[in-house]
Amino acid sequence: MRTFYGVALSSRLMLGTARFPSPAILQQAIRVAATEVATVSLRRESGGDRSGQAFWSIIRDLGVRVLPNTAGCRSVKEAVTTAHMAREVFGTKWIKLEVIGEDDTLQPDVFALVEAARVLTADGFEVFPYTTEDLVVAGKLVDAGCQVLMPWGSPIGSGRGLNNVFGLKALRAHFPGVPLVIDAGIGVPSHAAHAMELGFDAVLINTAIARARDPIGMAEAFSAAVEAGMMAHAAGPMEPRDMAEPSTPVIGKALLT
Amino acid sequence: MKIIVNGDAREVKEPTLDAALEELGFGNRVVATALNGEFVSASARPSTSLEHGDRLEVLAPMQGG
Repeated sequence: MRTFYGVALSSRLMLGTARFPSPAILQQAIRVAATEVATVSLRRESGGDRSGQAFWSIIRDLGVRVLPNTAGCRSVKEAVTTAHMAREVFGTKWIKLEVIGEDDTLQPDVFALVEAARVLTADGFEVFPYTTEDLVVAGKLVDAGCQVLMPWGSPIGSGRGLNNVFGLKALRAHFPGVPLVIDAGIGVPSHAAHAMELGFDAVLINTAIARARDPIGMAEAFSAAVEAGMMAHAAGPMEPRDMAEPSTPVIGKALLT
Repeated sequence: MKIIVNGDAREVKEPTLDAALEELGFGNRVVATALNGEFVSASARPSTSLEHGDRLEVLAPMQGG
Protein backbone atom coordinates (compact mmCIF):
# COMPACT_ATOMS: atom_id res chain seq x y z
CA MET A 1 0.00 0.00 0.00
CA ARG A 2 1.42 3.36 -1.09
CA THR A 3 1.73 5.85 1.76
CA PHE A 4 2.61 9.54 1.88
CA TYR A 5 5.06 9.92 4.76
CA GLY A 6 3.39 6.93 6.39
CA VAL A 7 -0.16 8.14 5.74
CA ALA A 8 -2.39 5.90 3.61
CA LEU A 9 -4.94 7.83 1.55
CA SER A 10 -7.98 6.17 0.03
CA SER A 11 -8.76 9.23 -2.12
CA ARG A 12 -5.90 10.12 -4.46
CA LEU A 13 -7.45 13.46 -5.37
CA MET A 14 -5.78 16.26 -3.42
CA LEU A 15 -7.55 19.57 -3.62
CA GLY A 16 -6.29 23.14 -3.63
CA THR A 17 -8.60 25.49 -1.74
CA ALA A 18 -8.02 28.75 -3.65
CA ARG A 19 -10.22 30.50 -6.21
CA PHE A 20 -13.54 28.88 -5.26
CA PRO A 21 -16.63 31.09 -5.68
CA SER A 22 -17.48 30.73 -1.97
CA PRO A 23 -16.43 28.83 1.16
CA ALA A 24 -19.68 26.84 0.98
CA ILE A 25 -18.86 25.60 -2.53
CA LEU A 26 -15.33 24.67 -1.42
CA GLN A 27 -16.80 22.68 1.48
CA GLN A 28 -19.19 20.80 -0.80
CA ALA A 29 -16.49 20.13 -3.40
CA ILE A 30 -14.26 18.56 -0.72
CA ARG A 31 -17.19 16.45 0.50
CA VAL A 32 -18.37 15.13 -2.88
CA ALA A 33 -14.82 14.31 -3.97
CA ALA A 34 -14.14 12.61 -0.61
CA THR A 35 -10.82 14.48 -0.64
CA GLU A 36 -8.57 13.73 2.33
CA VAL A 37 -5.82 16.29 1.64
CA ALA A 38 -6.38 20.01 1.04
CA THR A 39 -3.66 22.57 0.39
CA VAL A 40 -3.63 25.82 2.35
CA SER A 41 -1.46 28.89 2.55
CA LEU A 42 -0.47 31.81 4.77
CA ARG A 43 -1.04 35.44 3.96
CA ARG A 44 -0.98 38.78 5.74
CA GLU A 45 -4.02 39.57 7.86
CA SER A 46 -4.87 42.92 9.42
CA GLY A 47 -6.11 43.34 12.97
CA GLY A 48 -9.68 44.04 11.83
CA ASP A 49 -9.90 41.31 9.21
CA ARG A 50 -10.97 37.84 10.32
CA SER A 51 -11.30 36.09 6.94
CA GLY A 52 -8.29 33.88 7.56
CA GLN A 53 -9.65 32.74 10.91
CA ALA A 54 -13.03 31.93 9.32
CA PHE A 55 -11.33 29.96 6.53
CA TRP A 56 -9.27 27.97 9.02
CA SER A 57 -12.34 27.11 11.03
CA ILE A 58 -14.08 25.73 7.89
CA ILE A 59 -11.08 23.56 7.01
CA ARG A 60 -10.77 22.24 10.56
CA ASP A 61 -14.46 21.32 10.61
CA LEU A 62 -14.06 19.29 7.42
CA GLY A 63 -11.49 17.07 9.14
CA VAL A 64 -9.17 16.91 6.12
CA ARG A 65 -5.41 16.67 6.40
CA VAL A 66 -3.87 20.02 5.44
CA LEU A 67 -0.86 20.44 3.21
CA PRO A 68 0.42 24.02 3.66
CA ASN A 69 2.32 25.50 0.75
CA THR A 70 5.09 28.05 0.36
CA ALA A 71 3.44 29.55 -2.74
CA GLY A 72 5.05 32.68 -4.08
CA CYS A 73 8.38 32.16 -2.32
CA ARG A 74 11.39 32.90 -4.49
CA SER A 75 14.35 32.11 -2.26
CA VAL A 76 15.52 29.39 0.12
CA LYS A 77 15.25 31.75 3.10
CA GLU A 78 11.74 32.89 2.24
CA ALA A 79 10.52 29.32 1.73
CA VAL A 80 12.16 28.02 4.91
CA THR A 81 10.76 30.86 7.03
CA THR A 82 7.29 30.39 5.53
CA ALA A 83 7.48 26.64 6.24
CA HIS A 84 8.28 27.31 9.90
CA MET A 85 5.35 29.71 10.17
CA ALA A 86 3.03 27.19 8.50
CA ARG A 87 4.13 24.37 10.80
CA GLU A 88 3.22 26.42 13.83
CA VAL A 89 -0.14 27.68 12.53
CA PHE A 90 -1.38 24.45 10.94
CA GLY A 91 0.23 22.01 13.37
CA THR A 92 1.64 19.72 10.68
CA LYS A 93 5.11 18.64 9.55
CA TRP A 94 3.85 18.42 5.97
CA ILE A 95 4.92 21.22 3.66
CA LYS A 96 4.33 21.62 -0.06
CA LEU A 97 7.58 23.29 -0.96
CA GLU A 98 7.39 25.77 -3.82
CA VAL A 99 10.31 27.97 -4.78
CA ILE A 100 9.35 29.84 -7.93
CA GLY A 101 12.09 30.70 -10.39
CA GLU A 102 10.34 32.07 -13.46
CA ASP A 103 7.28 34.31 -13.78
CA ASP A 104 5.73 33.26 -17.10
CA THR A 105 5.69 29.54 -16.38
CA LEU A 106 5.88 29.62 -12.54
CA GLN A 107 8.57 27.01 -13.05
CA PRO A 108 10.34 25.99 -9.84
CA ASP A 109 13.89 27.17 -9.17
CA VAL A 110 15.11 23.61 -8.79
CA PHE A 111 18.50 24.60 -7.33
CA ALA A 112 16.91 26.56 -4.51
CA LEU A 113 14.26 23.85 -4.17
CA VAL A 114 16.83 21.14 -3.47
CA GLU A 115 18.63 23.36 -0.95
CA ALA A 116 15.40 24.31 0.85
CA ALA A 117 14.30 20.65 0.89
CA ARG A 118 17.60 19.70 2.55
CA VAL A 119 17.27 22.41 5.22
CA LEU A 120 13.63 21.58 5.99
CA THR A 121 14.09 17.79 6.07
CA ALA A 122 16.97 18.24 8.54
CA ASP A 123 14.58 20.31 10.64
CA GLY A 124 11.98 17.53 10.82
CA PHE A 125 9.65 18.62 8.03
CA GLU A 126 8.02 16.14 5.64
CA VAL A 127 8.57 17.85 2.33
CA PHE A 128 6.37 17.58 -0.78
CA PRO A 129 8.52 19.44 -3.34
CA TYR A 130 6.84 21.04 -6.36
CA THR A 131 9.31 20.12 -9.08
CA THR A 132 9.64 19.41 -12.80
CA GLU A 133 9.96 15.98 -14.43
CA ASP A 134 13.79 16.33 -14.48
CA LEU A 135 15.29 13.02 -13.36
CA VAL A 136 18.50 14.47 -11.94
CA VAL A 137 16.62 17.02 -9.84
CA ALA A 138 14.26 14.28 -8.65
CA GLY A 139 17.25 12.19 -7.56
CA LYS A 140 18.73 15.13 -5.65
CA LEU A 141 15.41 15.78 -3.92
CA VAL A 142 15.23 12.14 -2.84
CA ASP A 143 18.85 12.39 -1.62
CA ALA A 144 17.83 15.52 0.32
CA GLY A 145 15.29 13.41 2.19
CA CYS A 146 12.07 13.92 0.21
CA GLN A 147 9.89 10.80 0.38
CA VAL A 148 7.25 12.21 -2.00
CA LEU A 149 7.74 14.20 -5.22
CA MET A 150 5.26 16.54 -6.88
CA PRO A 151 6.17 16.97 -10.56
CA TRP A 152 4.21 19.46 -12.62
CA GLY A 153 1.94 18.32 -15.43
CA SER A 154 2.23 21.74 -17.07
CA PRO A 155 2.46 25.33 -15.75
CA ILE A 156 0.29 26.20 -12.72
CA GLY A 157 -3.21 27.25 -13.70
CA SER A 158 -2.65 26.58 -17.43
CA GLY A 159 -4.97 23.56 -17.72
CA ARG A 160 -2.76 22.08 -20.44
CA GLY A 161 -2.61 18.60 -18.91
CA LEU A 162 0.53 16.47 -19.14
CA ASN A 163 2.92 18.50 -21.26
CA ASN A 164 5.77 15.99 -21.34
CA VAL A 165 4.33 12.49 -21.15
CA PHE A 166 7.66 10.94 -22.14
CA GLY A 167 9.46 12.74 -19.29
CA LEU A 168 6.77 11.88 -16.76
CA LYS A 169 6.82 8.20 -17.77
CA ALA A 170 10.59 8.19 -17.38
CA LEU A 171 10.25 9.75 -13.93
CA ARG A 172 7.71 7.10 -12.92
CA ALA A 173 9.99 4.34 -14.20
CA HIS A 174 13.11 5.72 -12.47
CA PHE A 175 11.51 6.13 -9.06
CA PRO A 176 9.19 3.15 -8.64
CA GLY A 177 9.38 3.33 -4.84
CA VAL A 178 8.65 7.05 -4.46
CA PRO A 179 5.06 8.33 -4.26
CA LEU A 180 4.60 10.78 -7.16
CA VAL A 181 1.82 13.38 -7.19
CA ILE A 182 1.06 15.35 -10.35
CA ASP A 183 0.79 18.94 -9.21
CA ALA A 184 -0.20 21.77 -11.53
CA GLY A 185 -1.55 22.05 -15.04
CA ILE A 186 -4.38 19.50 -14.94
CA GLY A 187 -7.34 21.02 -16.80
CA VAL A 188 -10.00 18.33 -17.23
CA PRO A 189 -10.74 14.94 -15.64
CA SER A 190 -9.24 13.03 -18.59
CA HIS A 191 -5.84 14.62 -17.78
CA ALA A 192 -6.13 13.29 -14.23
CA ALA A 193 -7.16 9.85 -15.46
CA HIS A 194 -4.17 9.86 -17.82
CA ALA A 195 -1.78 10.65 -14.95
CA MET A 196 -3.20 7.82 -12.87
CA GLU A 197 -3.09 5.40 -15.83
CA LEU A 198 0.64 6.16 -16.13
CA GLY A 199 1.05 5.01 -12.55
CA PHE A 200 1.18 8.31 -10.69
CA ASP A 201 -0.04 7.98 -7.13
CA ALA A 202 -2.21 11.08 -6.82
CA VAL A 203 -3.09 14.37 -8.46
CA LEU A 204 -3.44 17.81 -6.91
CA ILE A 205 -6.15 19.91 -8.54
CA ASN A 206 -7.18 23.49 -7.82
CA THR A 207 -8.11 25.82 -10.67
CA ALA A 208 -9.72 23.12 -12.86
CA ILE A 209 -12.30 22.50 -10.15
CA ALA A 210 -12.55 25.93 -8.52
CA ARG A 211 -13.02 27.77 -11.82
CA ALA A 212 -15.41 25.28 -13.44
CA ARG A 213 -18.94 26.54 -14.10
CA ASP A 214 -20.11 24.00 -11.49
CA PRO A 215 -17.19 23.30 -9.14
CA ILE A 216 -19.11 20.68 -7.17
CA GLY A 217 -20.03 18.73 -10.29
CA MET A 218 -16.44 19.02 -11.52
CA ALA A 219 -15.08 17.77 -8.19
CA GLU A 220 -17.25 14.69 -8.56
CA ALA A 221 -16.08 14.21 -12.17
CA PHE A 222 -12.41 14.46 -11.13
CA SER A 223 -12.97 12.03 -8.30
CA ALA A 224 -14.42 9.45 -10.72
CA ALA A 225 -11.59 10.06 -13.23
CA VAL A 226 -8.88 9.55 -10.62
CA GLU A 227 -10.55 6.36 -9.49
CA ALA A 228 -10.92 5.11 -13.10
CA GLY A 229 -7.28 5.90 -13.91
CA MET A 230 -6.07 4.13 -10.81
CA MET A 231 -8.15 1.03 -11.61
CA ALA A 232 -6.89 1.07 -15.20
CA HIS A 233 -3.26 1.21 -14.08
CA ALA A 234 -3.82 -1.73 -11.73
CA ALA A 235 -5.48 -3.65 -14.57
CA GLY A 236 -2.48 -3.16 -16.91
CA PRO A 237 -3.27 -1.01 -19.99
CA MET A 238 -2.40 -2.39 -23.45
CA GLU A 239 0.62 -1.04 -25.32
CA PRO A 240 -0.27 1.28 -28.23
CA ARG A 241 0.75 0.14 -31.74
CA ASP A 242 1.45 2.07 -34.93
CA MET A 243 -0.51 -0.28 -37.22
CA ALA A 244 -4.03 -1.68 -37.09
CA GLU A 245 -4.59 -5.21 -35.86
CA PRO A 246 -7.99 -6.86 -36.40
CA SER A 247 -9.73 -7.64 -33.15
CA THR A 248 -12.07 -10.19 -34.76
CA PRO A 249 -10.20 -13.44 -35.62
CA VAL A 250 -9.23 -13.71 -39.31
CA ILE A 251 -9.00 -17.54 -39.26
CA GLY A 252 -12.30 -19.09 -40.28
CA LYS A 253 -13.52 -16.08 -42.21
CA ALA A 254 -15.85 -17.13 -45.06
CA LEU A 255 -14.76 -16.63 -48.66
CA LEU A 256 -17.72 -14.77 -50.18
CA THR A 257 -16.29 -13.16 -53.28
CA MET B 1 7.54 53.41 18.80
CA LYS B 2 6.91 53.10 15.07
CA ILE B 3 7.17 49.66 13.48
CA ILE B 4 6.16 48.27 10.07
CA VAL B 5 3.32 45.74 10.36
CA ASN B 6 2.55 43.80 7.17
CA GLY B 7 4.02 46.64 5.15
CA ASP B 8 2.19 49.48 6.94
CA ALA B 9 3.72 51.88 9.48
CA ARG B 10 2.03 51.44 12.88
CA GLU B 11 2.56 53.07 16.26
CA VAL B 12 2.78 50.62 19.18
CA LYS B 13 3.30 51.22 22.90
CA GLU B 14 3.96 47.67 24.07
CA PRO B 15 7.65 46.69 24.17
CA THR B 16 7.29 42.93 23.56
CA LEU B 17 5.90 41.04 20.58
CA ASP B 18 3.12 39.18 22.40
CA ALA B 19 1.78 42.37 24.00
CA ALA B 20 2.12 44.34 20.75
CA LEU B 21 0.05 41.69 18.93
CA GLU B 22 -2.72 42.21 21.50
CA GLU B 23 -2.47 45.95 21.04
CA LEU B 24 -2.71 45.58 17.24
CA GLY B 25 -5.89 43.51 17.52
CA PHE B 26 -4.43 40.04 16.95
CA GLY B 27 -5.22 38.71 20.42
CA ASN B 28 -6.53 35.09 20.36
CA ARG B 29 -5.93 34.86 16.62
CA VAL B 30 -4.27 31.92 14.93
CA VAL B 31 -1.31 33.74 13.40
CA ALA B 32 2.39 33.18 12.78
CA THR B 33 4.94 35.93 13.16
CA ALA B 34 8.25 36.90 11.64
CA LEU B 35 10.36 39.82 12.80
CA ASN B 36 12.79 41.37 10.33
CA GLY B 37 12.50 38.28 8.15
CA GLU B 38 13.13 35.75 10.93
CA PHE B 39 10.45 33.39 12.23
CA VAL B 40 9.43 34.06 15.85
CA SER B 41 7.53 31.15 17.40
CA ALA B 42 4.51 31.81 19.61
CA SER B 43 6.47 30.65 22.66
CA ALA B 44 9.27 33.15 21.93
CA ARG B 45 6.97 36.17 21.55
CA PRO B 46 6.91 37.21 25.24
CA SER B 47 10.71 37.36 25.32
CA THR B 48 11.02 39.13 21.95
CA SER B 49 11.53 42.89 22.30
CA LEU B 50 10.49 45.31 19.61
CA GLU B 51 12.61 48.19 18.42
CA HIS B 52 11.83 51.29 16.43
CA GLY B 53 11.74 50.47 12.70
CA ASP B 54 11.27 46.70 13.13
CA ARG B 55 9.47 44.92 10.30
CA LEU B 56 6.78 42.60 11.62
CA GLU B 57 4.91 40.09 9.47
CA VAL B 58 1.69 38.63 10.89
CA LEU B 59 0.36 35.79 8.74
CA ALA B 60 -2.94 33.93 9.00
CA PRO B 61 -4.39 30.82 7.30
CA MET B 62 -5.55 31.49 3.77
CA GLN B 63 -6.78 29.55 0.75
CA GLY B 64 -3.96 28.06 -1.30
CA GLY B 65 -3.26 25.77 -4.24
